[in-house]
Amino acid sequence: MTHISVTVDGTVYEDEVEPRLLLVHYLRERLGLTGTPIGCDTSNCGTCTVELDGASVKSCTVLAVQADGGEVTTVQGLARDGEWTELQRAFHERHALQCGYCTPGMIMAARDLLRENPHPDSDEVRKALEGNLCRCTGYQNIVRAVLAVAEGETASGERTGSAQEVTA
Amino acid sequence: MTGQAVEREVGRARLRKEDARLITGQTNWTDNITVTGLLHLAILRSPMAHARIERIDVSPALERPGVVAAFSGRELAGGLGSLPCAWPVTEDMVLPDHPPVAVDEVRHAGDPVAVVVARDRYAAADALEAIEVDYEPLPPVLDLEEALAEDAPLVHADKGTNRAYVWPFRTGEDFEALRQRADVVLKRRYRQQRLIPNAMEPRAVVVTPLAASGEFTVYSATQIPHILRIMLSVVTGVPEHKLRVVAPDVGGGFGSKLQVYGEEAIAVEVARRLGRPVKWTESRSEGYLATHHGRGMIQDIEIAATREGRLLGLKVDLLADMGAYLMLVTPGIPILGAFMYPAIYKMDAYEFNCTGVFTTRTPTDAYRGAGRPEATYAIERAMDELAAEVGLDPVEVRRRNWIRHEEFPYTSIAGLTYDSGNYEAATEKALALFGYDGLRAEQQKRNERGDAVRLGIGVSTYTEMCGLAPSRVLRDLRYSAGGWEAASIRMLPTGKVEVVTGTSPHGQGHVTCWSQIAADVLGVPFEDVEVLHGDTLAAPQGMDTYGSRSLVVGGSAVHRAAEKVVDKARRVAAHLLEASEDDLEFKGGVFSVKGSPEARRTIQEVAFETFTSHDVPDGMEPTLNSEYLLDPENFSYPHGTHLCAVEVDTETGQTRIRSYVCVDDVGRVINPVIVEGQVHGGLAQGIAQALYEEAVYDAEGNLVSGTMADYLVPSAADLPDFVTDRTETPAVSNPLGAKGVGEAGTIASTPAVVNAIVDALRPLGVHDVQMPCTPERVWEAVRSAQGQSAPKEASA
Ligand code: FES
Ligand code: FES
Repeated sequence: MTHISVTVDGTVYEDEVEPRLLLVHYLRERLGLTGTPIGCDTSNCGTCTVELDGASVKSCTVLAVQADGGEVTTVQGLARDGEWTELQRAFHERHALQCGYCTPGMIMAARDLLRENPHPDSDEVRKALEGNLCRCTGYQNIVRAVLAVAEGETASGERTGSAQEVTA
Repeated sequence: MTGQAVEREVGRARLRKEDARLITGQTNWTDNITVTGLLHLAILRSPMAHARIERIDVSPALERPGVVAAFSGRELAGGLGSLPCAWPVTEDMVLPDHPPVAVDEVRHAGDPVAVVVARDRYAAADALEAIEVDYEPLPPVLDLEEALAEDAPLVHADKGTNRAYVWPFRTGEDFEALRQRADVVLKRRYRQQRLIPNAMEPRAVVVTPLAASGEFTVYSATQIPHILRIMLSVVTGVPEHKLRVVAPDVGGGFGSKLQVYGEEAIAVEVARRLGRPVKWTESRSEGYLATHHGRGMIQDIEIAATREGRLLGLKVDLLADMGAYLMLVTPGIPILGAFMYPAIYKMDAYEFNCTGVFTTRTPTDAYRGAGRPEATYAIERAMDELAAEVGLDPVEVRRRNWIRHEEFPYTSIAGLTYDSGNYEAATEKALALFGYDGLRAEQQKRNERGDAVRLGIGVSTYTEMCGLAPSRVLRDLRYSAGGWEAASIRMLPTGKVEVVTGTSPHGQGHVTCWSQIAADVLGVPFEDVEVLHGDTLAAPQGMDTYGSRSLVVGGSAVHRAAEKVVDKARRVAAHLLEASEDDLEFKGGVFSVKGSPEARRTIQEVAFETFTSHDVPDGMEPTLNSEYLLDPENFSYPHGTHLCAVEVDTETGQTRIRSYVCVDDVGRVINPVIVEGQVHGGLAQGIAQALYEEAVYDAEGNLVSGTMADYLVPSAADLPDFVTDRTETPAVSNPLGAKGVGEAGTIASTPAVVNAIVDALRPLGVHDVQMPCTPERVWEAVRSAQGQSAPKEASA
């Protein structure tokens, strides 16, 4: 057992963990933060993407002990006082999710992209999200959502004509 | 309480109510569920395709830390029956025993052989290694044709054959006679490679027993909680009324969760034996072996036509890979396709013969479209071949053969009555959006120049039978269940509404669409409607979600149930207003007396009055609740035209989709945003079959593409932007006029893409490319057409 101290979504956790415990299992099973799902066992699907010290990582390929002293942000830590981030709003407004299983990972990966490249074109968005698989949407609406944020177009509710239709 | 919804909800681009939870990570996936005392179940699986279990000893696993119990197949067999097959397509179908855990023999790589239960998932997984199994290898059965040979090794030795069934179907004139007088006879062989559905959420199940009363709650990542409840009762012997099945948030299904899986039964049995809650979650690579696959067919298709390109007859011989066992609807999948080979075309003869074949591979079953994409692929590829043969444009060949708008309703040669459609309109619209003529001109220029990168244009016009319903038709197909769907509506005292639906969504947006439907009929605000689903306690009746049936059957049931509520409310309102029911108008949620608009009651006021029941009509039940079970009289038939332009590099074999345009007719649209999303997702899966995906087995029957690293699920970088549009010809067999949309994109896109690739390469002498059209296969096809090597995968 190894002692770790890690900040997750703003809360500091002190824990004893097995060295082999994956970060994603630490989040899900130990902390009960089940907003980050698991989709594969080969680091291919990206559903488990979180931020570790400001960079996006696949939490199924990081050991919990590697996060010691670090700061983790999951999808559950994004909304502040019930206010969604622009990306969350954009995913909703552009119908960028269906079953929603890939969504946390997509949003976290898209954040990473926009930090590094605030004004990507559609090809750049597609390239950047290559490590995140979605089986439902065909990606087009996900790309639209990310571009909408890049172009500062969220919360316009433009596809429905009225902001009240956002049911959040 | 006023609450008047004035704007019509149906047809409106409502954003989804479902999203808030999913976007913030407050989800309820099955694997998230935990309860006190929960144990984790892990499954040891056969590493071999086919072997006899000579010896198995689970006891060493019990010594591992954290392990609570371990069971071999034989130890579990006492409590568990065979897994069910609900579609005995012929009277004499061979139905092998299918134990949830193998007892004497394993029949595909991944067949379960033992179960371990431990305090955490790591301990359970570790302990699997301690189980000792001696296997005596048996010959694998992999090739569909060889499997049918007299002396072939048998998947189920006790059955004496690998032939699961033969299903013949002949209609119209005699095909042989027609072919004698046809100008053109084309024979082609197409292969439908095996696909792995890959819902992003792996399967998972949690069972919590209540020993005192013998009750079990089963949480499962399933598409079919209601069917699962019945079947689990049959398999485990737990009485149906003691089983509650819950499908919490389900992360995609695409048919792969339309199943009664061994793991679900095992979890019930283990929970029963131990009196403790248990959870099993598949890993992705475990799922590749254990979750059913899709497609897996060899199609020999023959068409007879005139020199002018008019179809005379069609004959299809199909070999369908069942895999090792017949699962819930395995045998029926090719039969669904049987009705779709004639597609939108008129012809005089149709002959279809399907042979279901056992192999030592993971069982196949429903995968997006289920039988219909395969059928559409074959006929649409063949139509292109016919066009090439008679020297016509592929769109023109289709035009000469399809059913014209004024001919609807039209009974196809396969006996389906297509209620409505307009193939010309959808095609015209698609051609215009696509810029067909311009692209053809560019293609010709490139061909003349002999460009290394060729342009290809693929067309696919399709229809499908969906809204799987009419129970009597399902009976005629020997399907063991009905096809109705249930809805009930509870109008609460405060005027809010609960809709209970028997369908069970996994991403399709039922909550939003059902709210729109109910809000419109009841005249209440969209926000005032809640939709309950996926729990046999809350929604006790239903036939669940598959085959694009939810909206067509389930949504229509909601519509009818809401009408019943309005009828009841009208009685109460008439009573309260001291008017005759006939004198009442109902608009925007308000009952008013004709001619005296000040005499009015909102439906919410009526709900409250009914709740108090102080003054309801004599003999009336004091409730505005209603229930409706709808069994439509026909399937529904969406259709459309898809066009794809590809650039194919003849030197590298690389294919790039340059543009993709589709115009689908899914009948009346409830929510255009959701329709568009469904089309996009369907296209991605259909294109993936054309270009990327294949479950590959080696000669020993090992699944070589056994992880996501080896099985190419396309990412955003692999797919283009799509241009989607619609025509709207309402269905006539349901009150919504809806036709279903979930499968359309998948059905149409595979042939559109492959037709485009072959179209690009035809001037070089290529007539077919085997799916998935990887760069290697395309390159090989070009080379062999140029005589540089013998054809590896000839098409005829
Ligand atoms: S679960 Fe981490 S990448 Fe798939
Ligand atoms: S929304 Fe279902 S996997 Fe992306």
